[in-house]
Amino acid sequence: MSFFLILPLLAGIVGSVVGARMSPRTAPLLGAGVAGIAFLSYAALASSVIAGLPVEAAFWSVPSLGMGGGLQMDGLGLVFALLISGIGFFIFLYASRYLAGDTRLTRLSVMLILFMLAMLGAVTADDVIVLFIFWEMTSLTSFFLVGYDHEKPEARKAALQALLVTGGGGLVLLAGLLLLAIAAGTTSLSGIIAARETVLADPTALAAMLLVIIGCFTKSAQVPFHFWLPNAMAAPTPVSAYLHSATMVKLGIYLLARVNPLYQDEIVWQTILTWFGLATGITGGLLALRETDLKRILAYTTLTALGTLTMLIGLAPQLSIVAAMAFLVAHALYKAALFLIAGIVDHETGTRDARLLGGLRTLMPLTAGATVLATLSMAGLPPFIGFLGKELIYEAVLGAGDFAIVLVIGMIFVNGANVAIAGLLSLRLFFGERKPTPAKPHDPPAGMLAGPITLALLGLVFGVLPALVGLWIVSPSASAILGETAVVSLSLWHGFNLVLGLSAVTLISGAVLYLSWPRLMPALQGLAFIDRFGANRAYDLGLAGILRLCDRSTALIQHGDLRGYLRTLFLVTAISLLLTLVLRDGLALPVFDWASVDARALAFLGIAGGGLATMLAPSLFGAVVASGLVGFAAALAFLFFGAPDVAFTQFAVETLLVAILAFALIRLPIRRPDDRVARDRLKDGGIAVVTGVSVTLLLLAVLATPFDSRLSDWFGKNSLPEAFGRNVVNVILVDFRALDTLGEITVLAIAAFAVLALLRPRIEKSATKEPSR
Amino acid sequence: METLFAITIGILVAASVYLFLARDLPRMLIGFILLGMAVNLLILVAGRIGSIVPALVPAAETALLQGTANPLPQALVLTAIVIGFGLAAFALMLIVKSQRLMGTVIPEEMGEAEGDEAATGVALPGEPDRRKDAA
Repeated sequence: MSFFLILPLLAGIVGSVVGARMSPRTAPLLGAGVAGIAFLSYAALASSVIAGLPVEAAFWSVPSLGMGGGLQMDGLGLVFALLISGIGFFIFLYASRYLAGDTRLTRLSVMLILFMLAMLGAVTADDVIVLFIFWEMTSLTSFFLVGYDHEKPEARKAALQALLVTGGGGLVLLAGLLLLAIAAGTTSLSGIIAARETVLADPTALAAMLLVIIGCFTKSAQVPFHFWLPNAMAAPTPVSAYLHSATMVKLGIYLLARVNPLYQDEIVWQTILTWFGLATGITGGLLALRETDLKRILAYTTLTALGTLTMLIGLAPQLSIVAAMAFLVAHALYKAALFLIAGIVDHETGTRDARLLGGLRTLMPLTAGATVLATLSMAGLPPFIGFLGKELIYEAVLGAGDFAIVLVIGMIFVNGANVAIAGLLSLRLFFGERKPTPAKPHDPPAGMLAGPITLALLGLVFGVLPALVGLWIVSPSASAILGETAVVSLSLWHGFNLVLGLSAVTLISGAVLYLSWPRLMPALQGLAFIDRFGANRAYDLGLAGILRLCDRSTALIQHGDLRGYLRTLFLVTAISLLLTLVLRDGLALPVFDWASVDARALAFLGIAGGGLATMLAPSLFGAVVASGLVGFAAALAFLFFGAPDVAFTQFAVETLLVAILAFALIRLPIRRPDDRVARDRLKDGGIAVVTGVSVTLLLLAVLATPFDSRLSDWFGKNSLPEAFGRNVVNVILVDFRALDTLGEITVLAIAAFAVLALLRPRIEKSATKEPSR
Repeated sequence: METLFAITIGILVAASVYLFLARDLPRMLIGFILLGMAVNLLILVAGRIGSIVPALVPAAETALLQGTANPLPQALVLTAIVIGFGLAAFALMLIVKSQRLMGTVIPEEMGEAEGDEAATGVALPGEPDRRKDAA
């Protein structure tokens, strides 16, 4: 039981409750405190994790519900937990200044705390159900965070889109996780991975794998689910920096890495991850170059990083996992910093359009410094950690076998695009000639600068101390992903080799892309087919299609025509009766035993004849009279067949009913004929006949089966000894089933009160003024 | 005998369904009453009608003799008759009420099921009360 594993989650719960009662000024600071506690807790666990000791807690484990996994922490979880809480700390500081004066800051802070709690829970959960719950909690909180400016329609649309894509993907993931848990016989993630042979031999193994992949792909915005990420930029900048660069979108990557020990030798897994990852990377690079909005540019470059990470997990060798972890850390550091800087620029100058900005260096020297550091890491230049990551990526891709050349070319484009965007963000924005902006910019307050500067500097520190990164971060996490100890020795300088050559080619291609950007960007923007046939358009069409389908099905089923409902009801009942009888061989042809027919059949004549007469009566009045005939004939039938009690009740009720009907008829149009048109009569008659036939056949089928008299015999035997009554029917009603009879009386009383209420005041009032209609 | 009874019940069901599908509420109600009767008879027949001896324990006996009528369906039908009566009376009052308020007993002439002030003369929350405007 490790206390430090639970503390961050407890802090998150307490923080969200307490924070909700705090002022907009103090709530984000509380959030920063929670993030700080979380970071320190996880840091305290780091030494045990790195030493390979088990760190776990039976928190949130409910064995009675089959959820036994609890919390667990290994190298992979540690990296994510530290990134989430560490970056979270700066995000809260940043938000307190960025949105200073906004009264909704309390809500934002609470949502961010809840989001952080969900993220931390997800990356430390060892139970697939717990993981799923936290996973969907991130989708839900992201819905509220993206829709922060809820009065803007595009923010609402983006929030809904993100929720539908990631939440829907979460459901797919749940199906996959459940299949895994059933196959393995445990919901514990580590248990599932330990039962690898069993899980892979299960017939549902492929389905489970594909479902998990789809779930992860929606969360991590892989092609073809990539479209929601750039749209989610409608969120305020701190949210984008936190959710859409550093943490939430990497949750899919996290889970792919988490289950990698299970699937790493599967060809399907490798193939899907590699090629979809590459496709995502190239799509992101291409789309990034046709944007002018800083945040959307960054969102698309995040796609390149997510694609690269997916691809690296799909590549089988150990080296690619090492590369993935190094690149993951590098990307989280520089991308979060750059998002925050984009927010600063927006905040200070009043615009996020890359074309309108330039020469900000002299006005915002500190921001410029942080930007240069972050973009150098992004461009993959030594001695930054980005360089380390990029070199490892090339090394991993070169070892990929047959298709290495395709992957290398793809990666050169992806990294080249990143170099170009890095140039755009630093050189174009902060150097060159000064362009007029809506507001006069200057460096923001320390709270906003702390994050970008620290994160950018960390990129440099980690780059200078590669051995430390290897030992503390990459080695433990890569070991967790691989399921075996990864030997990692990182260094900046590998000598003059092919990989360095590829880096040089990347830089050159990036420079070319950067220099041609002013012409390339409008050209790419002119490619209308991307908008017309892109995934975003498919989403819109799909959503509209669903609404249309709902419209039509509602119009079809809920048409508002009472008789239509009744027709459907009777027809469905009759047909399902008939079908059951036919399919179950229950059809018993009527056998006429004329010898048994005696004078009692006269009652049948009254029932059937009365029914037909009611049906054909020309006026309402006639129908009421004829229906009375049916009632009395039925009472006779009860009397004839050994049920005198029932018969007397039926007589009494029928008399009452006729009296009440007569009372009501004075107030109703008594001469009203049955005014159905001929077509309706035919249709209704058909339905009536089918229903009648089905009921007769049902009854004949029942009569053809042997009679089970046990219950009746029991009542017959016990009536006198138990209840001291000789009339068995009465004893059943007032003794054995007395409670039912009480219920019956209650129903009758309620009906009487309702009738009274209906009759009294309004009727009196409206009786004085006769309705004109 | 049972076969004949079953056919009779089928005819009664058919007649009541035909009435149920009529355009006006009173006929629907009559169809409903007849359908209830048909089901009561069906329950009686399903419990077998071989005997005409009522289910009474004779004075000298402590248990029901073989060959008496089945008491269980009778108990069920008794309850059903009474409940059916209550429901029919309540429905009838609703029909009378709709004739009073809307001047019609035909559902199709009542306009929208909800919220149509023209038909019900009552404004729902959030809907402008046109009676006030007129006054």
